[in-house]
Amino acid sequence: MTEIYLDGIYTGKCDNAEELVQSLKEKRRNNVLPAQMNIAYHEDKNEIQLNLDGGRVRRPLIVIENGTPKLTDEMVKDIKEGKLTWSDIIDRHIIEYLDAEEEENAYVAISKESLTKEHTHLEIDPVLILGVAASLLAYPEKDRGDRLNYGSRMIVQSTGIYLHNYLLRDDTTSHLLIHSQRPITSSQTTNATGLATHPTGQNLIIAIMPYYSYNIEDSIVINKSSLERGLGRSLFIRTYITESRRYWGGQEDEIGIPDPEVRGYKSEEKYSMLEEDGIIPPETKVKDTDVLVGKTSPLRFLGIQKEIRMGIKDRRENSLTVTKGEECIVEKVILTSTKDGNTLVKVSVREPKIPEIGDKFASRHGQKGVIGLIVPEEDMPFTKDGITPDIIINPHAIPSRMTVGQLLEIVAGKKGSLEGKEQDSTAFKGNADEIRHELKKLGFRDDGKERLYNGITGEIIDAPILIGMGYYQRLYHMVSHKIHSRSRGPVALLTKQPTEGRSKEGGLRFGEMEKDCIIAHGAAVVLKERFSSDKTQIPICKECGITAIQDKIKNKMYCPLCKGSKIVNVDMSYAFKLLLDELRSMLIYPQIVTED
Amino acid sequence: MTEQLPGPYEKIDLKKKDKDMLKKRYKQIKYEVGEAVGVIAAQSISEPATQTTLRAYHSEGRTQLVTTKGLPRLIELFDARKIPKTPTMEIYLDKEHNNKEDARKIAAKIKETKLKHILKEDSIDLINLRIELVPDSTLLQNLDITTESIITLIKKSIKHINISCENEVIMIEIAQDKKPDFTISDLQSIRVRARNLFTKGIKGIEQAIVECENNQWIIKTLGSNLKRVLKMPGIDASRITSNNIFEVAKVLGIEAARNAIIKETITTMREQGVDTDVRHLLLVADAMTNDGTIQAIGRYGLAGQKSSVLSRANFEETVKHLTNAASGGEIDPLESVIENIIIGNIAPIGTGMIKLKVKD
Repeated sequence: MTEIYLDGIYTGKCDNAEELVQSLKEKRRNNVLPAQMNIAYHEDKNEIQLNLDGGRVRRPLIVIENGTPKLTDEMVKDIKEGKLTWSDIIDRHIIEYLDAEEEENAYVAISKESLTKEHTHLEIDPVLILGVAASLLAYPEKDRGDRLNYGSRMIVQSTGIYLHNYLLRDDTTSHLLIHSQRPITSSQTTNATGLATHPTGQNLIIAIMPYYSYNIEDSIVINKSSLERGLGRSLFIRTYITESRRYWGGQEDEIGIPDPEVRGYKSEEKYSMLEEDGIIPPETKVKDTDVLVGKTSPLRFLGIQKEIRMGIKDRRENSLTVTKGEECIVEKVILTSTKDGNTLVKVSVREPKIPEIGDKFASRHGQKGVIGLIVPEEDMPFTKDGITPDIIINPHAIPSRMTVGQLLEIVAGKKGSLEGKEQDSTAFKGNADEIRHELKKLGFRDDGKERLYNGITGEIIDAPILIGMGYYQRLYHMVSHKIHSRSRGPVALLTKQPTEGRSKEGGLRFGEMEKDCIIAHGAAVVLKERFSSDKTQIPICKECGITAIQDKIKNKMYCPLCKGSKIVNVDMSYAFKLLLDELRSMLIYPQIVTED
Repeated sequence: MTEQLPGPYEKIDLKKKDKDMLKKRYKQIKYEVGEAVGVIAAQSISEPATQTTLRAYHSEGRTQLVTTKGLPRLIELFDARKIPKTPTMEIYLDKEHNNKEDARKIAAKIKETKLKHILKEDSIDLINLRIELVPDSTLLQNLDITTESIITLIKKSIKHINISCENEVIMIEIAQDKKPDFTISDLQSIRVRARNLFTKGIKGIEQAIVECENNQWIIKTLGSNLKRVLKMPGIDASRITSNNIFEVAKVLGIEAARNAIIKETITTMREQGVDTDVRHLLLVADAMTNDGTIQAIGRYGLAGQKSSVLSRANFEETVKHLTNAASGGEIDPLESVIENIIIGNIAPIGTGMIKLKVKD
């Protein structure tokens, strides 16, 4: 007996499962049962699953009857002429949707040629076995699967035209590639998905060769003149937000140029760019710590009487400033109000980013790298026609990763650039022999290789070099956003230890495992030095072992417990002092026993 | 270094040149005063361990014992688990029994047989309210068990029943005096108990497989019971091994357990292609066994028994150690490394070992 489940709920049993499944499927195809219904027969579990609920992912497949697909050539012609629509085909059950469960029972042919009598369905196009992300890549069938995964993931990180209304938007951060191009080797899905109108990179002339070891370990050598012509140039747009809030007791923030008597007043120069309303006008050049919107807030706590008497205002400076290390131009200013009625100011700034050493680039084949050297055009290798590559990648990137698709992309791109035509790189459609043949007809070597001349010495390079055109993306990981160093700098208030993180100009943590390494080396003094960033001196009573009181006015130290004056100064880490304080707060009395 | 070579090398006559070379090498490999051997051992073991795969290797469907391997096994050893996930034994045979047939026989004897393993059929007769057990006659013959012995076994272990035998069918009924207040579920529980009765072999040994390595027949078992197996005739007691460290310590003593730890750790690591110096593992094994019992490396073992309060609090359960120390009025003499790092002193390790004494 086979159990039958409808949307996962047990509904009944039947004797002949296969017959039932067959008749159910026929009924669905005869519009007796809804087309949304999927029927799956699990032979191993001896159960039939009928699914009608929402949220299932389904995909269309051409139905095959008696070994021939229901979709005939005439129908295809009708579709092309617009006589037949997609819904017509679905209604007539020429193409039906299968969910993941029913797919287990289907035997799907990838192409018409491989069709046998056993097949139940036919793929509309072999590309459809790939998802949207993978089908955007060039010649994906010639790359290893993991590389496609990396390649698709890197498209997400690319700078490009992410949306066409970017001028109207106020994203917190966004990147825009200025001279973005659609790929010369593109797949059919590129148009369908809108990637053609939202490009992610540029077509570059690529040479695969070493360049004085400046492109080892996946780094790339880039042509300086190409950069000057606008290669990889992008805009970084950041939107700053500030709001004038209202506080308890009728106090509120004030947007405007702060009075010099306000607490924490920066130098006058920092406010010089602001207009009368305290907001910076568009197209102003600003650099880090410059004020974008002047704002003052009421004090957090009530101040000491003395300071008020001295004429310092009881307001503090709370302006919106540019993030540290950035140099940018104000793009636009939005002045609006929140639903609470508070004034809201948004300032968008743009920063042109010219590629520099350390910026990240990637092809569509999971081949990423950072710029290792920027070379003047005259020092780049050149062909007999005087062509110099835009970028040079290292041949070591190819063998272990087996990204044959990239090589084919370069060769096809070369052919395309010579012909002035876009190349079709849809999965399972590329024909390497044809590309080679065409390239030969154009008067080039059929493998895309050329003799190159050393740009520095002018000598001919012994080996023929693969040079062609490929699509390269600039990824949004840029050194200017990541570079960080510190010698001395700010410390955290509580622990007196260095702060953490780039934005706070912090130090790098010397962690537990690093500590163990120093111990293993037996370098005790180095260890002490490394951990004494928060060194302090604490006066301790020799008899009670407790922190003594230092009276600076009377210039003497005494113990609060025994009132004695046998006090010694003890060196310890501030963190340890904190630990002792915390123990004391828990009514534990940690005594420090001092030696003579 | 003494002039004489130790133990088995005593009689070897070495040239002076070679002796000097040996002395030099010996000096080179010696640790210096203040060398952080513990940290180095920990790093030498744990760094390669991170490189090995976390996933245990599966080998289903083979006539091989599936044992815990790799990192999980290493963790098990250092945590000193009372019972390992897969306890195993390797039993060697003495000269007279070193052949396939004897090995098979001994293996069959060792393997634990429960009543359910030799039953062809067992059911509850609901009409006559009795349990019917049908033993497999061929299995009985192979294992040298008689129906009578089964009956006596059941009689001995389950009370308040009447037992009878008819045409090789054993029938169990509830005794007359208990009959008034009994239910079907009682019958069911008796059946379950009867099924799990231990009939033959050695308790705890689920599987016994015979293998031949270099003309030596070995019985590999899943499950470990050293005490009983050592008493079996035909086995070579001097070469028998178990991977249950606690059992080894109990039966053969703490020195054997120390050796077992070293052997188990080194083989586990070698299997994963990790080539660590044995001396690190010797140190760990010594630390684990040096008070006569096996201690784990962790909260409840070595780290939990450090003398310094700050050192213990630094590791795990900070609050517990601090409050206990406070109520006990403990004094931390600041003798070890961690405490000195905490307070910001020079730690007594390596160059920090040297103290200067000024002569007046």
